[in-house]
Amino acid sequence: MVEFLQFTLSGISFGMIYAAVALSLVLIWRGTRLLNYAQGGMAMFTTYVAIEVIYRTGNYWTGFVSALAAGVVLGVVCQLTVIRPTMNKPPLNAVIVTIGLLILIEGLAGIFFGGQYRSFPTAFSQAGLKIGRTPLGVSRYDVFVAAAVLVTTLALAVAFRYTSAGLRMRAAAFNATIARLSGIRVARVLTVGWALAGLLGALAGVLVSPSTFLYPNSMDTIFVFGFTAAVIGGLDSPAGAVVGGLLLGVALSYAGGYLHSGSNLVPLVALGILVVVLMVRPDGLFSATQVRRV
Amino acid sequence: MTMQTLPRRLGVAVLTAVIVWILSVRLDTFRDYQIAEIAVYVPAVAGLTVLTGLSGQISLGNGAFMAIGAYTTALLLLHLNWPFIATLVAAAALAAAAGGIVGVAAARLRGPYLAGATLMLGVALPSLAFAYQGIFGADQGLSVTFTAPAFLGASFPLTRWQAWVSTAVALVTLVLLANLCYSRIGRNWRAVRDDEVAAALDGVNVAVTRILAFVVSAVSAGLAGSLLAIVTSLVAPGAFTITLSIALLTAAVIGGLGSLPGALWGSLLIVLVPTYVTDVATSHGLSSSVGSNIPIAAYGAILILVMLVFPQGIQGGLVRLLRLFTGPDQKTRSSRDAPAPHVTPSASEAPAGQHALLARGDDPPEPPEKEGTP
Repeated sequence: MVEFLQFTLSGISFGMIYAAVALSLVLIWRGTRLLNYAQGGMAMFTTYVAIEVIYRTGNYWTGFVSALAAGVVLGVVCQLTVIRPTMNKPPLNAVIVTIGLLILIEGLAGIFFGGQYRSFPTAFSQAGLKIGRTPLGVSRYDVFVAAAVLVTTLALAVAFRYTSAGLRMRAAAFNATIARLSGIRVARVLTVGWALAGLLGALAGVLVSPSTFLYPNSMDTIFVFGFTAAVIGGLDSPAGAVVGGLLLGVALSYAGGYLHSGSNLVPLVALGILVVVLMVRPDGLFSATQVRRV
Repeated sequence: MTMQTLPRRLGVAVLTAVIVWILSVRLDTFRDYQIAEIAVYVPAVAGLTVLTGLSGQISLGNGAFMAIGAYTTALLLLHLNWPFIATLVAAAALAAAAGGIVGVAAARLRGPYLAGATLMLGVALPSLAFAYQGIFGADQGLSVTFTAPAFLGASFPLTRWQAWVSTAVALVTLVLLANLCYSRIGRNWRAVRDDEVAAALDGVNVAVTRILAFVVSAVSAGLAGSLLAIVTSLVAPGAFTITLSIALLTAAVIGGLGSLPGALWGSLLIVLVPTYVTDVATSHGLSSSVGSNIPIAAYGAILILVMLVFPQGIQGGLVRLLRLFTGPDQKTRSSRDAPAPHVTPSASEAPAGQHALLARGDDPPEPPEKEGTP
């Protein structure tokens, strides 16, 4: 029973990180119908920015904030320079451009920061919390991770729901032409979407790096699981991204904990969950039922 | 369609074989190895370009089928001492079975959902090598012994033989794929890609057509995996990461999606560009951390540039260049003969039903549910 609680809690902590990545993918998908394969690479790069700032200033929070700022800047720069020109080209071109961007960013990270594994500091202790004498399997830091993603997600949800900027973003995602006719500068709104996605990715990168080490490919696995979470939840649904992330995080935590030689089987378990979900709901758990257009 | 007749295709294949033969004899062993490497990728990229370009299904997991082919060949060579050609057949058969299973699952999925599922397949399958270490040898993998036949003489370079074998398999695969693409099956793929409903109305079995495309691309990837086993002499999970699957899709799109010659250009690019840039970087005496990463960065930049400058890939760009020289009367013919460069329906290839459906008055100008990219 104690084990079950431990696996659940640590699964939630990792699941929140997958949720953040998934959410950043959903933000871009809703606006532009494009899956950003560079999201993990961008997050890796901004985490390097954070680590450099932390080494120079000795302050975790300065690094934390500069990573988020770098995420916004990187999102905007990428969208304006290479993504926008692909919007009127065959759809797969944009996909390959984001893959190219991923490879470019990983190469640049290797050039600027070197390829060696670097450990990333935490803001809070990573020692396991206990209730009485029962270890919970999570640390203060894990609580911080979950809280940080939760707060950011709720802030975004409120902004989308109650601000005029949020309304403009929803309108542009729902129907670009009519939004444009109503005087919304859709192109600018899409850029804002990339900025927010960059911020979420940067958050995920900073939060996950203490557990994974930091190196140019360090976010690849996180991206794959984040992508899987987004697909499980349904790419059009922010709520689905969060639920998908938590579901995947908890399920993989059980698999790693309970199965014999579990850590080797984690990707297979993820594949299994994905296949089962997609066989039942081909557009993810939270997709609105739609008739495919002909 | 005079350009696409069987004798012409065979002629091109023989011509390519002769060119490769001359090159392999003239060049040193390292270049021979590169030829072999390129020839390894060609069937895999060609299979994927058929799957994505013609049948309209994306796959980010074709590296998994390569892994199946490679491990099949390695295990059969290692334990049963089968001749290579027999392991090739076995690899193709196993990959076909796997492709059928994946195809059945994939037939219901679209765009990014298919991309996500296949990506996870590509990540998950190689982890079997760790779960069953006794059979697959985990990280160390399986080493493969492959030697040139005795009649070529003891001093015959192995890399040249590897280049010959790979090129032969690659060319046979290309010819078979070309025939398939312009047969009824290929037309069904295009019909299903452009409009499933119209295709179904015309009596095409949409599900079977889509599954068949997955089987064909899996077989091609399985053959490529088999070749990879004998060219690299080592089959280990490190060779089948998501980087491989992504490189395959990249090569297919950069070369020109749906185009078999494009598969060749794409394979050339993903093998030669990194090596070339490394050569330049080391010859300028750059430090190792910079020198080893410049090729990666340059490769990424080249991908972006090609996609922005040649939206239809290298083959599309070549066709456009050719048109500049051949003049306007050739224009219509070359545009019809050029394989469809992208997934969205093109006016020249869309079946008649497409236009009727597009012309419906009740079609909203910009639907909220746009056709997505994966």
